[in-house]
Amino acid sequence: MSLLSRPAGNKKVPIPVPEEKLKEGTPKEQVFVASQWQLMWWRFRKHHLAILGTSLIAVFYLLAIFCEFLSPYDPNAFERRYTFVPPQAIHFFHEGVWEGPFIYGLERARDPETYLITYQPDTEVRYPVEFFVQGDSYKMWGLLESSRHLFGLSSDVNARGLRIYLLGTDRLGRDMFSRVLYGARISLSIGLIGVFLSFVIGIFMGGISGYFGGMPDLIIQRIIEFLRSIPTIPLWMGLSAALPRDWSSLQRYFAIVLLLSLIGWTGLARVVRGRFLAVREEDYVTAALLQNASEARIILRHMLPSFFSYIIASLTLAIPGMILGETSLSFLGLGLRPPIISWGVLLQEAQNLQTVALAPWLLIPAIFVVIAILSFNFMGDGLRDAADPYKR
Amino acid sequence: MAEPNGNVILEVQDLKKHFPIKRGFLNKVVGQVKAVDGVSFQVPTGTTLGLVGESGCGKTTTSRCILRAISPTGGKVLFHDEKLGVVDVVTADKATLRQLRLNMQLIFQDPFSSLNPRMTLLDIVGEPLIINRVARGRAVEERVAELLARVGLRPEYMRRYPHAFSGGQRQRIGIARALALNPRLVVADEPVSALDVSIQAQTLNLLQDLQAEFNLSYIFVAHDLSVVQHISDNVAVMYVGRLVEYATNEELFFNPKHPYTEALLSSVRRPDPLSKRERIVLEGDVPDPSHPPTGCYFHPRCRYAKDICQSETPPLLEVSPGHMAACHFATELTLQGVG
Amino acid sequence: MANDEILLDVKGLKTQFALEEGTVRAVDGVDFTVKRGKTLCVVGESGCGKSVTARAILGIVPSPGKVVDGQMLFYKEDENGSVRPIDLATLRPNGQEIRSIRGAEISMVFQEPMTSFSPVYKIGHQIREPILIHQQVSKAEAREIAIDMLRRCGLPRPERVFDQYPWELSGGMRQRAMIARALVCRPSLLIADEPTTALDVTTETQILELMKELQDELGMAILFITHDLGVVAEVAEEVIVMYLGKVVERADVISLFYEAKHPYTQALLRSIPTISKERRHRLDTIEGMVPDPYNVPSGCPFHPRCPAFMPGICDVIEPPIYALEKGHLARCHLYNEELVGNVMDEPASS
Repeated sequence: MSLLSRPAGNKKVPIPVPEEKLKEGTPKEQVFVASQWQLMWWRFRKHHLAILGTSLIAVFYLLAIFCEFLSPYDPNAFERRYTFVPPQAIHFFHEGVWEGPFIYGLERARDPETYLITYQPDTEVRYPVEFFVQGDSYKMWGLLESSRHLFGLSSDVNARGLRIYLLGTDRLGRDMFSRVLYGARISLSIGLIGVFLSFVIGIFMGGISGYFGGMPDLIIQRIIEFLRSIPTIPLWMGLSAALPRDWSSLQRYFAIVLLLSLIGWTGLARVVRGRFLAVREEDYVTAALLQNASEARIILRHMLPSFFSYIIASLTLAIPGMILGETSLSFLGLGLRPPIISWGVLLQEAQNLQTVALAPWLLIPAIFVVIAILSFNFMGDGLRDAADPYKR
Repeated sequence: MAEPNGNVILEVQDLKKHFPIKRGFLNKVVGQVKAVDGVSFQVPTGTTLGLVGESGCGKTTTSRCILRAISPTGGKVLFHDEKLGVVDVVTADKATLRQLRLNMQLIFQDPFSSLNPRMTLLDIVGEPLIINRVARGRAVEERVAELLARVGLRPEYMRRYPHAFSGGQRQRIGIARALALNPRLVVADEPVSALDVSIQAQTLNLLQDLQAEFNLSYIFVAHDLSVVQHISDNVAVMYVGRLVEYATNEELFFNPKHPYTEALLSSVRRPDPLSKRERIVLEGDVPDPSHPPTGCYFHPRCRYAKDICQSETPPLLEVSPGHMAACHFATELTLQGVG
Repeated sequence: MANDEILLDVKGLKTQFALEEGTVRAVDGVDFTVKRGKTLCVVGESGCGKSVTARAILGIVPSPGKVVDGQMLFYKEDENGSVRPIDLATLRPNGQEIRSIRGAEISMVFQEPMTSFSPVYKIGHQIREPILIHQQVSKAEAREIAIDMLRRCGLPRPERVFDQYPWELSGGMRQRAMIARALVCRPSLLIADEPTTALDVTTETQILELMKELQDELGMAILFITHDLGVVAEVAEEVIVMYLGKVVERADVISLFYEAKHPYTQALLRSIPTISKERRHRLDTIEGMVPDPYNVPSGCPFHPRCPAFMPGICDVIEPPIYALEKGHLARCHLYNEELVGNVMDEPASS
């Protein structure tokens, strides 16, 4: 924003100032004493898509964290009589009269021509949706035993084998809604853990590269270039095919995370190195050196804070890649396998054309993937724009 | 000019800084840029040495080498310390260097890049105090308040971040930081060239007041000759990494002995539309320091050049007492000063 | 004093930037005239609106800035020699008409020679471009014109320079090439926005000499924008001094330097160091800082820093322009005898 094209001396940094902080057009003391994070937040707040993305991500992670409680059923519980049930609608009015949330009964019929089972709502019977109901028992985070669910049908209706299927059921009659929630837990945590691992490797390698320069830098840069030149999908396929077949689901889960971050760190290392090199040239770093500041102090107090926000932004932008990586691997049958539930695993079951034609709701996990990826990208964009409130 | 007690605070002897030119996949060294190539001068205590030259002449590199912000390739930088005696900054070990840096500080050109935008004034100005264990806790705040007040900023501002201040005010913050440890020598690298005219005058006055108050010695690096003439006692002129002339202020500006100095002086613009003096318009550009000309580096642009200038490098010799010039014809030429 | 002397007549020009911090009145009612073949200097400190004024003339005010008011009459000469005024302020910013003027009738030289050429095209290509746009000539003829102009601008071996890339030239050479590009269509007005600020003193001397020679040769008028009073003294015939978006003083160059009327100009002149034998005096300064452009003081914008500040007048009433002798204009209450008289009386009565 060199709008007045003034000589360098008076070029004021365009600091994002929220309107309530402005009194008669002048920034108040509050703005002058605002720290980096406050300035970043003021700028981030202006990015509406980023705020939307962040809220959606927050919702998704809440769903994933409390999936046992939020899902009405055990994701692996199946109901033979109700396979390929389409999503059921929740109604509030019956013939124009308020009834509170309820669902209609399911009428099961066989198509006389195709011999396929079809389901029709039975408007004669109504089952009210209740909250905090008793249902399948579970162990919250493997610790707290409980059988309370946020919503469901009353226990006597449950006992009669009737269910509420918000997103329909799959070929074994399992509740897709519960499965999507449990899948979110795996898929979203893979993104986080994977990015965390890449972050650790990336900041370490990038830090060495940027701070020491010379030979270590040369070697690390060549390694990064090599890793980045390998096509990722075949590499992942090769590596995951090499995983022993008899590994438990948990082992497999961590192995996949490790695989993803093995490639993911390269981008981050480059960001860290680039920032290191840029900040090292800043005069204030020279000033600290001339005041006898130790290397640790220069790095921790002067250099790290100045690119920490950049790292957070690139981390956020790296998460979607991880999620997509897991989804693609599992979809191809090379990543996670049942009984673990992830969005990729769910999509794998929707792989053949027949199910897609007959039960399109099995593709709903893909919508969740798309929304999650977009949200992360919006949030990352917002963070990146806000990352350096002092940029001139 | 005046040398109080004849005391010298800094002697620079044959200072050299060569940057390797690296090319290719494995960074092979293919040449040298002689950014600073054999510079010598002295700074008497309590005086200001003006270091002038055009961009790329090595004046900034020289200033960084003196403080060992970058390590020189060769030569000596002798600092006369009250406690340690005469110490060579170039070869000093870490502990000695730490001691030395309490006495030598730097003021930067860019008032934006020189202050960490993520730290408050208290942190910026107080940092040298804390690092060097000069003060802690409340004492830091008191000292910072005192320093801010001294450079003309309100002490209440110490909780603010640099983004609250204009270029001129930021430069004052930088000066306060440099003064925090009571240094004896301050290297000022183009401290006013990024500032507006009216702010420039305020800053120059402040620097002069501080010099008088704390008996500071300055090395004042600048390209603006009027500013240098205003503030310096002695002046050194650099051209392509070498010193071409070194003299007292008055000698250099009114009785120059090097043709390059003459050309520089003739290009000084005065705020007076009626003083239409003849300007010496130099041909061509400053040479590339990685491929300098033979002999005297200035000969391709010099209007007095003779054959010898092409083949032989003129040494820096004393033309008259205290006046050094690196020109084969320094004693023969009659050159035009200012006025 | 014939009217046909005037090339550009700017009246009441106002430019505003709607920013998050508030509306910046970068140019707030500026009047001036540029005469044919003469040099007018616009001088002022950073943020005074001098660059925005120049850009407004060409219709290239950077976003979110807008010309909101005023007239900019450009007296364009036709092929048959008759002169007709065009109001540049009313032209669409990217319309046909402004584009036929930009680069042909009015052209501009920028401060930063590094970024004003595109690094991916050869110098020759970029200099030939305006010729091909504005004149009916073949590429070969355009090449000849371009090389001729490069030669006039003092570039050694212009045929070679024609086929070089901008980054192959030094700063001074690039600025010469920049001037060649600006002058290649023989404009009647050259706007030079701090053309020598980024250059070394000896190179600055070269460029200023060159501009003077070319003006004598080609007869264009120059609107020279600078913050350096030393440069003003050397190149200007007439000068306007700007402060916070307003013209505070206008005079011919000699009156300005010898009989400055506005306290701001006077203070500015006193605050620059000049080379003299009796040194070591303190510089006179202007107190305080240039105010934030979105927080312009009331009344006369200079009053908080003014040594001749008259309380109750300068901070309340915005001073109009006063016409003094020899076409000298100053925007200062000191030249209103009534007001000054009252102030003089007041302390005596209290």
